[in-house]
Amino acid sequence: MPSTNRKRSALVQLETPNLIPERDLGHTPVLEAQHLGIEFGGLKAVDDFNIAMGRTEISGLIGPNGAGKTTIFNLLTNVYRPTRGTVLLDGVDTAGKSVAEVNKMGIARTFQNIRLFNDMTVEQNVLVGFGNAMTTHLLTDMLRLPGHWKQEAEFHERALELLDIFDMRGFADTWAGNLPYGAQRRLEILRALATGPKVLLLDEPAAGMNPAETEELMENIQKIRDEFQIAILLIEHDMSLVMGVCEVVGVLDYGRIIAKGTPEEIQNDPKVIEAYLGKQEVN
Amino acid sequence: MDTQNADARPVISARASSASASGTRKTLPMPVRYAINAVLVLIFLVVGELMIDGGVITRYQSTVLEQVGIYIILAVSLNIATGYLGQLPLGHAGFMSVGGYGCAIFLTRMMPVLGLTARDFVTGSPVCVFLLIGGLLVGGVCAAICGIIIGIPALRLKGDYLAIITLAFSEIIRVVMLNIDAVVGFKLTGGAAGLTGIPGYTNFLNVFITVVVVCFLIHTMMKSRHGRAILAIRDNEIAAEASGVNTTYYKTLAFVVSAFFAGVAGGLYAGCIGVMQPAVFGFMKSIEILVMVVLGGMGSMLGSVISATFLTILPEALRAFSEYRMIVYAVVLILVMIFRPQGLLGSYDFSLSRIIERVMNRDFPWKKKQTVRAEEVSADA
Repeated sequence: MPSTNRKRSALVQLETPNLIPERDLGHTPVLEAQHLGIEFGGLKAVDDFNIAMGRTEISGLIGPNGAGKTTIFNLLTNVYRPTRGTVLLDGVDTAGKSVAEVNKMGIARTFQNIRLFNDMTVEQNVLVGFGNAMTTHLLTDMLRLPGHWKQEAEFHERALELLDIFDMRGFADTWAGNLPYGAQRRLEILRALATGPKVLLLDEPAAGMNPAETEELMENIQKIRDEFQIAILLIEHDMSLVMGVCEVVGVLDYGRIIAKGTPEEIQNDPKVIEAYLGKQEVN
Repeated sequence: MDTQNADARPVISARASSASASGTRKTLPMPVRYAINAVLVLIFLVVGELMIDGGVITRYQSTVLEQVGIYIILAVSLNIATGYLGQLPLGHAGFMSVGGYGCAIFLTRMMPVLGLTARDFVTGSPVCVFLLIGGLLVGGVCAAICGIIIGIPALRLKGDYLAIITLAFSEIIRVVMLNIDAVVGFKLTGGAAGLTGIPGYTNFLNVFITVVVVCFLIHTMMKSRHGRAILAIRDNEIAAEASGVNTTYYKTLAFVVSAFFAGVAGGLYAGCIGVMQPAVFGFMKSIEILVMVVLGGMGSMLGSVISATFLTILPEALRAFSEYRMIVYAVVLILVMIFRPQGLLGSYDFSLSRIIERVMNRDFPWKKKQTVRAEEVSADA
């Protein structure tokens, strides 16, 4: 794995228990969660979750099954309403906003189990994401006024350019449901990018991929960050991916962050080893 | 929706579509496409008018044709909510009756004001044309307002529950129409006896034009960002919401547009039958329209058109065996549901331009398979 020779920006400790890459210092964190928590009945699914993400940071969230990783994504995108705590996107509180509004504000996500619009073409899938940037009135579209043609032509072009990122232009007219598995995952990322996010949340992007595909995905995640200048937060079980691309890694266990740091620090943290492997008996 | 048949989707279509995307494919420019469709519509219209004027089609048959047109509008408009949005409302007859009453009351009240008689509508003076367009719009808007009132609470529910609540709402509308005269204190809908004195303004020409306009508007809506948002909600509501689609707004929009066109159809229906009676717009009418959509294929406009035509003409053709026609009707439906549960056409939609483009590119279905195979062979070698 070429993970070790990738150059990483140095991390800086904030006053809060958060780390961000040095290059993002001096800007407000693009995504900030403070004391975020949710309870289902008596169960604290997530408890006192804090994060501050730099504008171009790639962060990872790992943890055993059922630790609450996807719940955090659902909290950040307002699918669930947090029992306590706040989420700030670029300094703006997202409380009370609908899922679609949060997306328009700049948080886009993918899903653990792929959720594409299977009965639409690849291009149409991306165009749904571009809906945030499209402005034509219903009557302009229905009556096919010049504004409609202009906009459709513009976004057709932009959709194809976006598909070029993952070399998917040739698939533009294919039904999304007929794509091979890996391409479906890539399309889901592209659809999220089309919504014009500031933060991209990837829920297990490498699930079901072979090592070669994971390697390619790693390249792509960095490419996306460099080209779009956005922050990426990903949940992943594939450690080669997490250790390869993430600058900051948080470890979640029973809804709590038990460790946070660079991938190297995390790999050697006794608490993390305990969470994954159990405690070593000393006799 | 511009889709191929669900069954006919190529399993590995990437190669085929990448070949077609390479720029060598000839396409028709948009104005030409529209011109082709306009010519097609004109031919239909002229042939129909000539046959009616020449007496080839009897008065009775042309009335059946008008009803075919009205049912086509009803089916394609319900198709927005059922086929494209993927919900199951059962109250379409309610919107139809609101539109019908709205249009009929508007026209009968406006006629004395403008000094028109029922005969003017038959001869078709310019004022009447504008008044009729106004009446149909009034009918549509009344139905759309009902659609908003019903849609906002009802669309929080899904599946069977939505069906039940919309059914209940359409029954409420029917009962309101029945009793509103006593409430407002003057003659508005005519109660159970019905609203009479509606001029017979509906004829083949205006039904045909309305059908074309409605189909055009629905098609253009579905082929725009609004239509894509509606389809996205059908395919995966959670993903649609996460992609910035305001699901509440677009569900309501689809529902309201569907109600609007049902109201327009109701306006034409009032002029075709001449009497509006609440009892006509009961539960069975909604089911009848839903059956047309399901039979034709959810999400296929052509399917709705064909099955609305078929299911309107069938009972008329079987009128001689009126005792048995409901049985035949039922058997046809059962057979279709057994052998083609996705409907006659699935989600296929007809496009003449696409066929012409295929001919221009010598891109025939039987030829395509061979080229793909050839490419695979060369790729292996």
